[in-house]
Amino acid sequence: MKKLFSLVMGAAVIGTALAPSANAWWWGKKGSEKASITVYTALEDDQIPNYLKSFERDYPNIEVNIVRDSTGIVTAKLLAEAENPQADVVWGLAASSLLVANDRGLIQGYAPKGLSNVKPSFRDPAKKPSWVGIDSWISAFCVNKIEAQKKGLSIPKSWADLTKPEYKGHIVMSNPASSGTGYLSVASRLQNLPSEEDGWNYLDALHTNIAQYMHSGSKPCKAAGKGEYPIGVSFGYRAVKQVNMGQPIEAVFPKEGSGWDVEANALIKKDKIKPAAKTFLDWAISPEVSREYAKSFAITAVETDVPLPKGFPSNPEKQLAKNDLQWAAVNRERILAEWAKRYDGKSAPK
Amino acid sequence: MYFKKNLNKSFNILLLKILIIFVFILVSFFIIIPLLPLFLKSFSDNKNNFIGLENFTNYIQNPSLTQSFINSLKVALTTTFFSVLIGFIYAYALTRTRLPFKKFFNTFSLFSLYIPPLAVAIGLIYIFGKQGLITQGFFGTIPGFDINLYGFNGIIIGEIFYCFPQALIILVSALNLSDQRLYEAAESLKASPLRKFLTITLPNIKYGLMNSFFICFILSFTDFGVPKVVGGNFNVLATDIYKQVVGQQNFAMGATISIYLLVPSILAFLIDKNFQKNEASLISGKSIPFKPRKNLIVDSIMFIFCSLILILVIGVFSSIVLASLIKIWPYDISLSLQNFRFSNVAGNGYEPYFNTVFMSIYTAIFGTIFVFFTAYLVEKFKPLKKIRMLIYFFSTLPIAIPGLVLGLSYILFFNKPSFSVPFLDFQIFNPFSLLYGTMGILVLANIIHFFTVCFISATTTLKQIDKEFEEVSESLKVPFYKTFLRITIPLSLPTILEIGSYYFVNSMITVSAIIFLYPAKIPVSSVSIVNMDDAGDTASAAAMSTLIVLTSLFVRLIYEFTSRNVSKKSSVWINPLET
Repeated sequence: MKKLFSLVMGAAVIGTALAPSANAWWWGKKGSEKASITVYTALEDDQIPNYLKSFERDYPNIEVNIVRDSTGIVTAKLLAEAENPQADVVWGLAASSLLVANDRGLIQGYAPKGLSNVKPSFRDPAKKPSWVGIDSWISAFCVNKIEAQKKGLSIPKSWADLTKPEYKGHIVMSNPASSGTGYLSVASRLQNLPSEEDGWNYLDALHTNIAQYMHSGSKPCKAAGKGEYPIGVSFGYRAVKQVNMGQPIEAVFPKEGSGWDVEANALIKKDKIKPAAKTFLDWAISPEVSREYAKSFAITAVETDVPLPKGFPSNPEKQLAKNDLQWAAVNRERILAEWAKRYDGKSAPK
Repeated sequence: MYFKKNLNKSFNILLLKILIIFVFILVSFFIIIPLLPLFLKSFSDNKNNFIGLENFTNYIQNPSLTQSFINSLKVALTTTFFSVLIGFIYAYALTRTRLPFKKFFNTFSLFSLYIPPLAVAIGLIYIFGKQGLITQGFFGTIPGFDINLYGFNGIIIGEIFYCFPQALIILVSALNLSDQRLYEAAESLKASPLRKFLTITLPNIKYGLMNSFFICFILSFTDFGVPKVVGGNFNVLATDIYKQVVGQQNFAMGATISIYLLVPSILAFLIDKNFQKNEASLISGKSIPFKPRKNLIVDSIMFIFCSLILILVIGVFSSIVLASLIKIWPYDISLSLQNFRFSNVAGNGYEPYFNTVFMSIYTAIFGTIFVFFTAYLVEKFKPLKKIRMLIYFFSTLPIAIPGLVLGLSYILFFNKPSFSVPFLDFQIFNPFSLLYGTMGILVLANIIHFFTVCFISATTTLKQIDKEFEEVSESLKVPFYKTFLRITIPLSLPTILEIGSYYFVNSMITVSAIIFLYPAKIPVSSVSIVNMDDAGDTASAAAMSTLIVLTSLFVRLIYEFTSRNVSKKSSVWINPLET
């Protein structure tokens, strides 16, 4: 019994020792003098500290709490918290997701300072836009040069190339039902062939070559980078980044043009909208931080003088295929149902 | 005098009733009530209009459903078979044989549970993927062998990794408590080893065996982590939920599918209830703990078996360690320790790691107390039978609730500032909303998420302790809480510690529920692993995983050390004359 007793005592001592430091976590915030805002974002984790540097310098009295998750998780979180929103600001989330959130009445229109610098196609046209873009992300292929050579494959240059029989079983792509990147590729194909029917015919042909539909936007590129599959249909930023990391990847921007979506900011509707939230949104489209965005994204909402990041096509705006974000949002359910009927579940693994 | 005794007795029963009702309320508020808003959503569209059973019929009419359902069933049956088999042999070796290096094997028995699921996937891909060590024959030095990881095979391996330790923990607690006298009697009757096994060992652990079947079946039926990463195009129900909830934010359909997922667990509960009727306890006040004897053949077979299992598990872990050190897999395999700094990723350095450790400690302490006390009240007493049945039923549900469904339900419930009373224009403040945005919600979510296995392992142990103890104390007018403190707890200490360490290791690696709940100020490492991997930083993700595994291993060593002292104590309780 004595040992048991000392065990319990030991636990109690450790408990008390932890208590003061633990308390701050347990009850979260409180006690700080600073204004603080909570920012939900889907921007890449490793980029965020770079972006925030200028904000921290200019607004030392505003504390920014970042919650970073993938697009799907952030959106789900936003919608689930609808009754009592925790976020003050959304920063760099897919415009298509913000359209959904706006549809549910979660967003407060706000015209940030410097809105006139934002290119028209990168914002909600309303006077007080519900979303304001910061950059655009576009679909691209990651092709592993070493594996392609080993398997005797030429580097595909276009969407049409991907349907060639030589690529059968060598292509992975994001599943549009679980990933926004997957959906933008599908939606783009449906809008850029003479008719939607032609679009589906194209997807039928592509399907015969697909080895796997993966449950995340960046996964196909990562798989290509590790040589699991030679070709991954993913997005441009990802492809270029992996090239710069030293992986044997060639970033291919398809000849017919890329599908695209905008990463955008929004103000969350709640009883007390903090002034700091608006300050953040003003800053988030400022020329200074836009220059930082431009170091990783070829296309930014605010024009900058930063040279194009290595690896992107020389005229990136031309690379954008025709895309109506509103159309893609409205038809999403119908398209995904059709997609699932045609390709999902039927494709048993070999 | 007579009056006083009677008063004591009725006080005793009153206190018990109050406690049972209290636990009932807690369990309802933490398990059932949070799930209601989400499940109500399954009867409405995404704009909250009531549409009856339309979601259910829509889903059934979806042609890929039958395929997903059959796939889930196949996965669950195969996983269950192998996990229980492996778990049983391993548990048997630990408890009933003179396995050489037993301490070592015991320490590493739950090792595969220490590895974050995403890291298991990374490890499996590095070993069995298209460029994997085995697939490519160790960079072409020996003939390679492709097991076709992506799809059914990958899912099964991943699920066994995850499920067999769960079967193991239940079976160890079942096999631990046994009565030497039965085996001695069998021996004097000249019973063969096989006969002893079939007539004593198996019947004695049938309850644990049955439970480990259910646990493995339901876990592998509902898990989405493994199929998401290595499942390829092999669709299962759980990934269907992921697509609906995370891919399309269609909560209504996600809720609908999770109701389908609950079916096996409700069936399991019903079967289990019937099965329990003829349950007799094993450990009476007169029991003598089992002492395995040396048997060269059995011991060496067990040694080989356990080693093979561990080699596989440690192999996967080593490849994760390797992944954390390698620059560009598989093209530039030079090594560096760079990735353990975490300063250039996520910007948080080691903060998420320490948050996770504290979260896991809290979960282990509070969870173990709550779970054991609940199991004790349900298992040991007669009053309020219906309510105890309900508590039991509620306790078996969490395992069938996929983490992301639990996470979302917790947001919907705990983030609600007040409830409106139906038909009245009146709002009641929701006291639980104070927890939201604090460490408390993470701890609570973990306690509930892993409740079932802990609960079952506690009841398995409690069932084997004779109710005689309670009956005798009752007739001696000793209040139940004294019996609880003096007999039940010491006797169950090994299981209690086991539950604590189970809670700890699971909280270290869990992602699915936590990813929706963690507050901005409390980043946790299992989520940052996902984010690092998202950002393409596999090596840092692997480094953080390595750290988590080492921490769990360290805790396990502390556990080993304490439980060795403790089991001496509890055997004293079983047989006080022996020492």
